This record gives sequence, structure tokens and C-alpha cells, in this order.
Amino acid sequence: MAKPLPTVLRTHLSALRMLLVMTVLLGIAYPLLVTGAGQAAFHHQANGSLVQVDGRTVGSSLLGQSFDLPKKNPDNADEQARPDPKWFQPRPSAGGYDPTASGASNLGPNSADLVKTIQQRRAAVAAFDGVAPSRVPADAVTASGSGLDPDISPAYAREQVTRVAKARGLDRDAVARLVEAHVQDPVLGFLGDARVNVLELNKALSTLR
Amino acid sequence: MSPTLAGVLQASVLVGALAAAYRPLGDYIAHLFTSPRHLRAERGLYRLVGVDGDADQRWPAYLRSVLAFSAVSVVFLYFFQRLQSHLLLSLGFPAVKPDMAFNTAVSFVTNTNWQSYSGESTMGHLVQMAGLAVQNFVSAAVGIAIVAALIRGFTRSRTDRVGNFWVDLTRVTVRLLLPLSVVFALVLVASGAIQNFHGLTDVHTLVGGSQSITGGPVASQEAIKELGTNGGGFYNANSAHPFENPNPFSNWLEIFLLLLIPFALPRTFGRMVGDNRQGYAIVSVMALFWVASVSLITLFEAQHHGVAAQAAGAAMEGKEQRFGIAASSLFAASTTLTSTGAVNSFHDSYTPFGGGLTIFNMMLGEIAPGGVGSGLYGMLILAVVAVFVAGLMVGRTPEYLGKKLGAREMKFASLYILTTPAVVLVGTGVAMTLPGERANMLNTGPHGFSEVLYAFTSAANNNGSAFAGITVNTPWWNTALGLAMLFGRFLPMIFVLALAGSLAKQQPVPATEGTLPTHKPLFVGLLSGVVLIVVGLTYFPALALGPLAEGLN
Repeated sequence: MAKPLPTVLRTHLSALRMLLVMTVLLGIAYPLLVTGAGQAAFHHQANGSLVQVDGRTVGSSLLGQSFDLPKKNPDNADEQARPDPKWFQPRPSAGGYDPTASGASNLGPNSADLVKTIQQRRAAVAAFDGVAPSRVPADAVTASGSGLDPDISPAYAREQVTRVAKARGLDRDAVARLVEAHVQDPVLGFLGDARVNVLELNKALSTLR
Repeated sequence: MSPTLAGVLQASVLVGALAAAYRPLGDYIAHLFTSPRHLRAERGLYRLVGVDGDADQRWPAYLRSVLAFSAVSVVFLYFFQRLQSHLLLSLGFPAVKPDMAFNTAVSFVTNTNWQSYSGESTMGHLVQMAGLAVQNFVSAAVGIAIVAALIRGFTRSRTDRVGNFWVDLTRVTVRLLLPLSVVFALVLVASGAIQNFHGLTDVHTLVGGSQSITGGPVASQEAIKELGTNGGGFYNANSAHPFENPNPFSNWLEIFLLLLIPFALPRTFGRMVGDNRQGYAIVSVMALFWVASVSLITLFEAQHHGVAAQAAGAAMEGKEQRFGIAASSLFAASTTLTSTGAVNSFHDSYTPFGGGLTIFNMMLGEIAPGGVGSGLYGMLILAVVAVFVAGLMVGRTPEYLGKKLGAREMKFASLYILTTPAVVLVGTGVAMTLPGERANMLNTGPHGFSEVLYAFTSAANNNGSAFAGITVNTPWWNTALGLAMLFGRFLPMIFVLALAGSLAKQQPVPATEGTLPTHKPLFVGLLSGVVLIVVGLTYFPALALGPLAEGLN
């Protein structure tokens, strides 16, 4: 008759078997169940809330994207991105709106680098939009947590109206009305902050005549 | 609506929801810990695994089972990551390098979920869901199992048995965490969190640029990440990422989920010791600290001290527009007062005092309400100390819930309290003496020191959030923080189980005139004082060098 295994070994074998069963249940069955149910019931959300224009996917309404002019030289990695005046601009991003590199600047509240960057951004936005530097709101000069923030504050959207209308040769009031139609209030009036989804706004803008 | 009113409403609705769940959920968990009946599937599982579901264990056997399960988990998760390139759904990512794989394996097994890696560029879908997310469940269940054993120490007498680890682990996982996760994962999908197995989808943006949109089983991982107070994000940006946390509603839900079980466990405690008022006393102390912390962090962030925040006009660096100040501060306070460590905004860019409070929250030992299980056992240890302090004042042997707290019990409680500060302060001190490791800070001056202090505080308290500017993906940091997580998780567990065993052996003594009532406001005040003085003051010198120095400058 085989000798019974020592207790220590038996405990570890039980632990391993328990882990394997749990892995099948929690690591395979559970995500498959949620995926199946999620895909069936909430297909659009489960696949990233993709946005279509003329049948072409242009991005996700949940992920911010850049609205820059084409580079003068596509091979020059150092070339400074220049915002396109015809579009509403998103917040600064620590990762250049690359979904494979989400994240924040992590610069501290007294960081000299951050102070300098904020001052530069304020001057650049004010000049670009033709407004006084004091009118540039905080979200326009700070990088978001995710680097993929899809939203800007209503204040920043309104601040860009004149410039966008001028660049597109549109009536300023029509653009202003479009912005107001895209302001999302806090959920139930008290959850989160008021915001404007930049991709949705620009998509609507592209059809404005 | 004024921002202040909105912030108050947001927190109040949260309190209301947690209060509504307190009794039913706490009672249900108490039922899981006391019911002699197994489900048929559970009996099958115990046979398959080779354990006796009806045999109660002595505390050393319970501990050995915990350690064996955790050790096997670390080894399994390590090799899972090392072999990633040979597995399905790897998305073409190579094997995770050894020091990072060690750090990550320890991190998820200890319920810390510290991330020295960036999810979207390191981990394939299979490792995320069948490796990391499995530990999200079972590491949470281990914490809850330990507190079950401690409570049994109070409720049982003249026995050396504290329960069966395999039964506690299985019931918590299968009957509590799994069903809640399925429901809330689907709610998250409905509100916009993604749930698919896609790789990268390249799209042409509106201006004709290109963007690679990520895929993955995110919502299923997100639900248990919050519910099990784990905090390991599918993405580097964690709950700031719109695919993990798409809107203010999902944000509120995630905060609710990470507080749900820790705030219900005092009810389980009260129920099991046969006096619900004991649970109310404990939950009152937890709630006091939570309310104070939420209020203060929100206040500091709204005031936006700091040169950079002043230049911007608001403390919005590292915060998302859809959340704003109040919802970000509420998340930050809740995630650091539990052992979650998920973030919806980046604490490194918080104001000096706001960010300092997130460190202080963790230093309190994550007890208000704390991690699942670990929060309550941490608080009960402090309750033991509070009763002891009161006993010293009147010169009699103290007792808590009829159990005498003698030299043996106080030794275990003291060792518990000393362990985490020792790991945090020694680790921080060593890192600061090594010029090469110190250089990994992103920020300079006191804020740079805060990054190092935050890292060790987070690791040793099994939180997992970070002042994320610091570069921790080096062999030294991966190893040092890995060890801090191991010591910070398992040494306290040993002392808790030893205390449980020692309490269970005792014959309860009847309450007399001289017994300190532990369900009255007096005790709530006493316990709050002990938390602040005994735990909080330990770290005062370290805090003075970091956030206090920065904020008072």
C-alpha cells in the first residue's frame, strides 16, 4: 500500500486543484458569460460605442481624439502638432490621444515644469481662439487623467465658437446653438460635471451648413 | 445646482445606498459563515479538490491552508505571465519579464493590485481574465475568510477550531462575489464599459488621422476589481479610462461597489456575536473617518492650492471632465480608505494636502471601511487595543465581548499594529538612501519624497494606487515593493489567526459593572481616538517631510 502523502504536500495539492477549478469558473466561464450576455443585450456599448460617419467608423464617442492639421512632413516625429481651427479642440493629453498609451502627466501641484506648460498652453489657446488669456478655462490647460478624455467643459466649448465659426465661414449663432445642444448636464443634476463630447460635437459640426 | 450641494448629494445618495445594503448583505454573509449546509456543487468541489468540508480547522491548519493557496497562486500567476507569448489571446505581447512578473503575481495575490506594468501594452486578454481577474476574486475571498475566523474566535468558547478555510473561500467566492459580479458587470456594459475579445481596431479619425481602439473583457474585470477592493485596472489609466469608467453614473456605481462589502461586514460581525449594536459601533467609526476624509479631500481640491493648480484656475490636472472635482475626490478618498487602489484621477497631481490625505488614509491601515475582510479585522484589532487602553485607565484586566485580553492577546494585537509601519518606514528609508533608486522620482523636493512614501505605504497596506510619476518598473523597485506587499499582507494575517485561536479557547466571562460597554458612543469616540493616535501619529514624521512640508511651504 502506498504511503499517504505528507500533510504539507497534500495541502498544496488541494490548493492547486482549488485554484485550477476557480480559474475555469472565474477566469473562463464568468467572462464568457458576461461577454455573451453583454454582446447580445448591449452590442453597441460592449464594442466600444463606435461612431460612424457615412458608414465609416471614425472613432469611439468614449475616447478623445486629436483634431490637428496634417503634418507638413509625415516622417518628422519631432514636428509640433498644429490644431486645426475648423474643429473644436479637446483637452491636452499626456499620451497624445493614443489608446495604447493611456495615462496622466503625474506632475505635482507645485511642479515648475507643469506651471510652465500651463502658462504656455494658456497663451497658445488664447492666441488660437482670439480671446483674453483669462477667459481660457482650466480644462483647456490641464491634461486629463486618462489622456483620452472625450469631453471638454461647456465653458471651453463656448470659448471656441467664434474661431470655429470664422474658420468655417458659418454663422456664429448657429455654431453657438450647436454647442448648447451638445452640453450634457451632470447626471441627475448632481453626479459628475457638465461636459461637451468633442467628437459628437465635431461630427454634428461637419454637417452644419 | 451649486457644486457644494451636488457634492453633498452625491455622497448622501451613496451613504443611503450603502445603508440600505447594510442589513441584508451583512446578514447574508453571516449566514455564509455559519450555515452547516453545503450546496451540492460545493460538496462535489470539495471531493474533487480533496478536502473535508465538514472538518473545522485549528488556527495553524487554517493558516497553512491560506499560505498554501496563496503560494500556489503566486507561482501559477508568475508562470502564466512568463509563458504569455505561447498562449491564446496574447495580442502578440511577449513574455512578461521576471521581476515584473514576480511583482505582479504577488500584487494580485495579496489583493494589492499595484501595477508596475501598463495593461494595454503588456498583458494579453487571457492573462488579464484567467490570471489576474481570478485573483481579484480569490484574494478578496481570502481576506473575508480571515475575518470570519477572527469573528469565530469571539463567538466560540473552549475550542481550538476557527472554521474551515476551503469552505469559507468557496462560499464567499461562489455565493457572494460571483453573482454580484455578473449583475454589476452587465450594468457596467450597459453604461458603456467594453466587453469583447477584440485586439486593436484601426480607425480613420474625423480629420483623417489614425487611432487604434483597444478591445478586451473589461467590464467583467471592472466589476470584481471594485467589489473585491482590488483595484488593478485593465488599462494603465485605470478607472480614469473611459472604457473602464464611461460616465458619472458608472463612476458612482464603482465607488458604491468598492465600499459595499467592507461597510456591510460590521453587520456580519454584530450578527455573529449576537449583538447588532456591536456592529453599529464599529461601522460608526468607519463612517466617521470616511465622511471626514471625503469632505477634506473635496475641500482641498476645490480650493486648489499649489502653484500649478493656481495657474490653471482649478485642480484639473490628472482629472477627467466628466467627473470633475467632487466625483474625483469622492473616489480618491474611498479608494485609499479601502484597500482598492483603483483611481479615476491621478493622485500625484492632487493638491499637497488633498494628495497627502490619500497617503494618510492608507496609513491608518485601511480600516474605514478598509479592504474586504482586511478592513474589519484591522478595525477589530484596534478595538482590542482601545478596550485595553480603557482597561489600563481603570486598572483591571480588559475584556471585549466576554473574552479577556491578556498578555498573549495583546502581543498579537501589538505585533499586528507594528508590522505595517515597520515595512513602510524601513522601505521608504532604504529607498531614500540609495541614490539610484531615489532618482526614479518624477517630481522633485518634498513631492518627490511623497512619491516614494506613497509607493511603500500603498504596497505594505495592499492598496495599489500610486503617486504614479515614480518609475517603479526596475528590478530593485519590483522586488522591494513585492516583498513589502508580501510582508504587509501575510504577517498581519498570522497574528490575526493566532489571536482568533487564542480567543476561541477562552471561556467567556460574564459582563459586570466594571465592563466597558463597546456599543456606546463613548466607545466610538475612544476607538476613533486610538485609530488617530496609535496609528496616525506613527507616521507623523514621515508625513512632515512630504505632503506637510509641501503644503505649508
